[in-house]
Amino acid sequence: MNTVTLTPKAKPDLYLEVDNITPDRFAGKTNEEIAALHLYEGSTQHALGKFFDVAGSSGPTAAETKIVIKGDASRLKYIGMKMTAGEIVIEGNADMYVGAWMRGGKIQAKGNVEAFAGTGMKGGEIQIDGNAGNYLGSAYRGDWRGMAGGTIRVKGNAGSDTGYFMNGGTIIIGGNVDVHVATHAEGNGKIIIKGNAKSKVGGQMVGGEIYIFGDLEVPMPTFEYRKDVELEVDGTKAKFALFEGDTAERHPKRKGETIYGKIYMKY
Amino acid sequence: MTKTVTDVICPFCGTLCDDIEVVLSDDGKKILEVMNACAIGNEKFHHSQAADRPKRPRMQQPDGSYKEVSYDEAIEYTAQMFVKAKKPLMYGWSSTNCEAQSVGHEIGELCGAVVDNTATVCHGPSLIAIQDVGIPSCTLGEIKNRADRIIYWGCNPAHAHPRHMSRYSIFPRGFFTGKGQQSRKVIVVDPRPTDTSNMADYYYQVEQGRDYELLQAFRTALHGHWLPDMVAGIPKEKIYEGAEVMKSGRFGIIFFGMGVTQTLSKNHNIDAAIMLTKDLNEFSKFSIMPMRGHYNVTGSGEVLGWQFGFAYGVDLSRGFARYNPGETTSNDLLRRGEVDAVFVIASDPGAHFPISSVKKIAKLPSVAVDPHFTPTTEICKLHVPVAFVGIECGGNAYRMDNVPIDTRKVVDPPEGMLTDEQFLEKVLHRVKEIKGAA
Repeated sequence: MNTVTLTPKAKPDLYLEVDNITPDRFAGKTNEEIAALHLYEGSTQHALGKFFDVAGSSGPTAAETKIVIKGDASRLKYIGMKMTAGEIVIEGNADMYVGAWMRGGKIQAKGNVEAFAGTGMKGGEIQIDGNAGNYLGSAYRGDWRGMAGGTIRVKGNAGSDTGYFMNGGTIIIGGNVDVHVATHAEGNGKIIIKGNAKSKVGGQMVGGEIYIFGDLEVPMPTFEYRKDVELEVDGTKAKFALFEGDTAERHPKRKGETIYGKIYMKY
Repeated sequence: MTKTVTDVICPFCGTLCDDIEVVLSDDGKKILEVMNACAIGNEKFHHSQAADRPKRPRMQQPDGSYKEVSYDEAIEYTAQMFVKAKKPLMYGWSSTNCEAQSVGHEIGELCGAVVDNTATVCHGPSLIAIQDVGIPSCTLGEIKNRADRIIYWGCNPAHAHPRHMSRYSIFPRGFFTGKGQQSRKVIVVDPRPTDTSNMADYYYQVEQGRDYELLQAFRTALHGHWLPDMVAGIPKEKIYEGAEVMKSGRFGIIFFGMGVTQTLSKNHNIDAAIMLTKDLNEFSKFSIMPMRGHYNVTGSGEVLGWQFGFAYGVDLSRGFARYNPGETTSNDLLRRGEVDAVFVIASDPGAHFPISSVKKIAKLPSVAVDPHFTPTTEICKLHVPVAFVGIECGGNAYRMDNVPIDTRKVVDPPEGMLTDEQFLEKVLHRVKEIKGAA
């Protein structure tokens, strides 16, 4: 696998929209061609080379291309947008839409990421070593099809509206989450919270699973206790209490059995 | 002989009362008396007559004082600001007419601006929810003539929309509601007792920030499912009782305000309230309506909607319309430092935005277009006073139920004063000249 290193050299006045920083765009291009790719600062279009030093070399295909952003990416939006293969490593903090609409490949953010990471994600893997912002792995505004596949792993905390309209895939959060987890979730998405959750967890949930290892401050009144179960979740074997809901929502039937959203609370 | 102008539209709140009568002096130049309006509307008409109102644009000087400049200089400054900026913010629009909004949006499209209206700190979350799950709504006239179940959730019309209850909801005697108040049951949900909750047959004192749980509990109760003993500080018996009251009506309406849109859960509260309305239609006829604040904030959403497809927070910087509250909304843009110029029209962010955002406005090239002196006009680099829409010029406005109403001109503006629309037309013309597109 070949590596392209981007080193930020100038700080923009506003924020940069860098939807061209993906292995798909970089693959098969020389460093000059990569530096000539465009990015946006507000309504103004610039060449990528104005803000970054480009070093290394790209692979012939996306799958053989790795991009390393060496430095602060906290003013870069849309890193790895719609990428299908390859790898991106962000060494500092990143702004919004990291890995939005991602289909494959891997992104590792070593710092924090802002809101809307993994929006509408369909496949691949995002690893966030710091904290994630709001709307992690959620649907784009107005869409009723959220994250459909892939894995997001956050070592720190996540904000509110994690997994909004989630349809599939897995989100694992090492720390705590803010309000609204898996609101409007359907299908078979899975969210694992190793820390504590606040409230509105599973509100308006039709299907999917939530696992909470820590405390839940205020549970939804529309989830009913069913039974205790022994499970192995992300390498941890424990006894969980199963709650089903959201009873206010419609619920489809499969093989004569009603499908509910499931919340597992670790004892 | 004084002259009385009848059927004047009140340009204050989203109720847009259309029965105001204004008494003018002999020469028709001065407003002497305003009849039928509420205290707030009355004050707005009289305020336009203030002797000390600004009549010419004022430019901020290096020492912070303001110096009067001509309209031509103001137009030049505004046009240059738009052309130089990479991402200007155009905020406000709620207290001007649809015609002016439309001209402003053309400037925004030319200059790659973000166009946002006051819904961003008001009913924006309602619009997010409407986009997510739709809205079963109706007009205020239908409520007056048919509704026998009135629900006020997180709003206090007794103070914010003073004539709303008497004209449309609780008191009027309509075609099928001949007994007026006696034929109606009123439910109020609010964390604190208000003058509106005093009028309620059923008052639910919900815990602060737990509206979402209560709304979902009502939905569950409609179908008789299990509930815990207490939800959001309310015993479950009261929730089952409330659900029965809602189901037993012939026509019900849920009005909601800032108490649910700008507290914990925001758009999710409205989402749940709309779904509650949908569920209630299995048993009876139910509608839901946001209590819009400014008299033409609905119009701003309408005009943005038909021009760009989104009702607020429209980012035109890359030549096509994008919309994502949390990113393209005024406070996020200002707080994060995403814009490099601010144009404020017909609203007062200086008084209503968080101080972190207001400080950013003060540091950027900025223009405030407003007939009054406001906290915003005192921090912007340029203040352009204009005529009062609905008093000194006409124009179209949308009521909170999306009914368009043409406002009426009652008196002339001070001599030589431009309207919002005229000022924006001139700025647009100058922007086109600078860009070589004229």
